[in-house]
Amino acid sequence: MARTVPASTRIGFTLLAWVIALLLFSPILWVLLTAFKTEAEAIAASPTFLPQNFTLENFAAVQDRSDYFKHAFNSIVVSLGSTLLGLAIGIPAAWAMAFAPTKRTKDVLMWMLSTKMMPAVGVLIPIYLIFRDLRLLDTVHGLTLIMTLINLPIIIWMLYTYFKEIPVDILEAARMDGAELWNEIVHVLVPMAVPGIASTLLLNVILAWNEAFWTITLTSGRAGTLTAFISSFSSPQGLFLAKLSAASLLAIAPILLMGWFSQKQLVRGLTFGAVK
Amino acid sequence: MGSISLQHVKKSFGEVQIIPDISLDINDGEFVVFVGPSGCGKSTLLRLIAGLEDTTSGQILLDGEDMTKAPPARRGLAMVFQSYALYPHMTVRDNIAFPLKMAKAPKELIDQKVEYAARTLNLSSYLDRRPRALSGGQRQRVAIGRAIVREPKAFLFDEPLSNLDAALRVNMRLEITELHQQLKTTMIYVTHDQVEAMTMADRIVVLNAGNVEQFGSPLDLYKKPANRFVAGFIGSPKMNFIDGPEAAKHNAHSIGVRPEHFTLATSATSGAWKGKVGVAEQLGSDTFLHVHVEGLGLMTIRTDGDQTFSHGDDVYLTPDPTRIYRFDAAGNAI
Ligand SMILES: Nc1ncnc2c1ncn2[C@@H]1O[C@H](COP(=O)(O)OP(=O)(O)OP(=O)(O)O)[C@@H](O)[C@H]1O
Ligand SMILES: [Mg+2]
Repeated sequence: MARTVPASTRIGFTLLAWVIALLLFSPILWVLLTAFKTEAEAIAASPTFLPQNFTLENFAAVQDRSDYFKHAFNSIVVSLGSTLLGLAIGIPAAWAMAFAPTKRTKDVLMWMLSTKMMPAVGVLIPIYLIFRDLRLLDTVHGLTLIMTLINLPIIIWMLYTYFKEIPVDILEAARMDGAELWNEIVHVLVPMAVPGIASTLLLNVILAWNEAFWTITLTSGRAGTLTAFISSFSSPQGLFLAKLSAASLLAIAPILLMGWFSQKQLVRGLTFGAVK
Repeated sequence: MGSISLQHVKKSFGEVQIIPDISLDINDGEFVVFVGPSGCGKSTLLRLIAGLEDTTSGQILLDGEDMTKAPPARRGLAMVFQSYALYPHMTVRDNIAFPLKMAKAPKELIDQKVEYAARTLNLSSYLDRRPRALSGGQRQRVAIGRAIVREPKAFLFDEPLSNLDAALRVNMRLEITELHQQLKTTMIYVTHDQVEAMTMADRIVVLNAGNVEQFGSPLDLYKKPANRFVAGFIGSPKMNFIDGPEAAKHNAHSIGVRPEHFTLATSATSGAWKGKVGVAEQLGSDTFLHVHVEGLGLMTIRTDGDQTFSHGDDVYLTPDPTRIYRFDAAGNAI
């Protein structure tokens, strides 16, 4: 029997949810609207809600001043590259931790996670020096490498929790059926873990896309991603709100669209029918 | 070919010794059942043979070849799991074909073998379904199909029927026995159901706390149990055990009488044990009487289903003197 909730409570909570959602969304909405305003309108003393003189000139100006497409391309390479590299390392690692654990596996997992708790500035100087000596500063592959490393703990943790739910019987069956380790992972584990791997991939693309600290400190012109692009835009220009909004919008649009189209994958759900 | 030989196999998980020391020779083509109470190490022993667990010490020989360190994929054995362990993302066809694909068999051969296995196991109309769209019995058949296509040296079954309902279990039991008669491949079958053990096995290994209590044919175990444990484990309902002076009369520490080896009378008989009926379980073909015998405790008696008894009836029991099992203080048969 369905639980009955009074209509008033239901409406109250629905309203509350909408208000909270709108509050959370309001900065993005503000950016969205401001990007299409003129600079004058954007800083008008009595602000307008909708753009009065709808204009695209901010976008043109942004592309002119600093090359949007180059930064966007770098962002795509770094976020996808670091995620794929992370998965290539993370899947075998998580396999080992989930299906062939030792006494220290839990400790290793905790230790990996603990590295994420340390503030990044703590290792800024050594990493900067290493990057300088290895000539990795301001290179796309250097940035991809550091992005892989900082997100690897999360990738392994996520994959580990997904793999834990896969009955080990099925992997053992594959072994009995003559599958060597590689075939077991490629033909059995990965297809069964597709939802988990997909959400790991999406989350990490998003994290890498939005990462600002290392991107800004380790790149300048050449290898900058969209986060570097926005930051380069804001500082010397002062308060050109409309252009800054246009730049921000351009920076978040791809990831926003990707998130929108893949939300079903992000909310995972696949039941395994083979066991019991 | 598929002879399996265990030589002083030992297994510990960390500090805990699960299998102290087992040596066992299983002949090619034999149907061997491992039976024993829960937690006695049946699955562990099977998994050692499969290569899914590492042996702590000792050797495992397959066809005379030392395979102790070989990974499961190289041992050429097939296993059927209690949970079926089908690949949920593959169709029935791909599930059955998987071992052949791993062996890099040519496509035509795979198709041919899958069709043949499906026909043998009545799965032809389900080949394009996913496992989740199958019933428990069908899933188990797919698991068996997957095992037979690659023509293994031996089949290993770990309680394959325990997720099925009673009627289906009896059917599948027959199917597996028939399969064995057809293929004549070595099979090791783990169960804790002694009826399965008795009906299917050529030879039974009775395990207790990681030790082999006895290894022999079903009737051997029934007629000549090596010790009290085997005597109590094989046979249903269980053997009745009697200690003390009554056993001493037979020069034994304890004696055992199977429920089917009593003569029952309702009027006083000389030399008989007198008792009162507690519960009478009527199965139709048989009746199991639980009788409180004066001075000896509760005993189970099997009688034919035609006599009716009720609670509190007086009965007189005479054990068949030629079928009294005698045990010494250590529990070994004398
Ligand atoms: N991976 C493991 N780590 C530690 N102990 C284990 C492990 N696997 C099994 N054991 C222990 O070994 C003993 C034997 O287990 P096993 O699964 O072989 O029993 P079984 O005879 O198959 O029982 P059942 O009839 O319940 O399946 C049990 O006490 C179990 O707790
Ligand atoms: Mg078991």
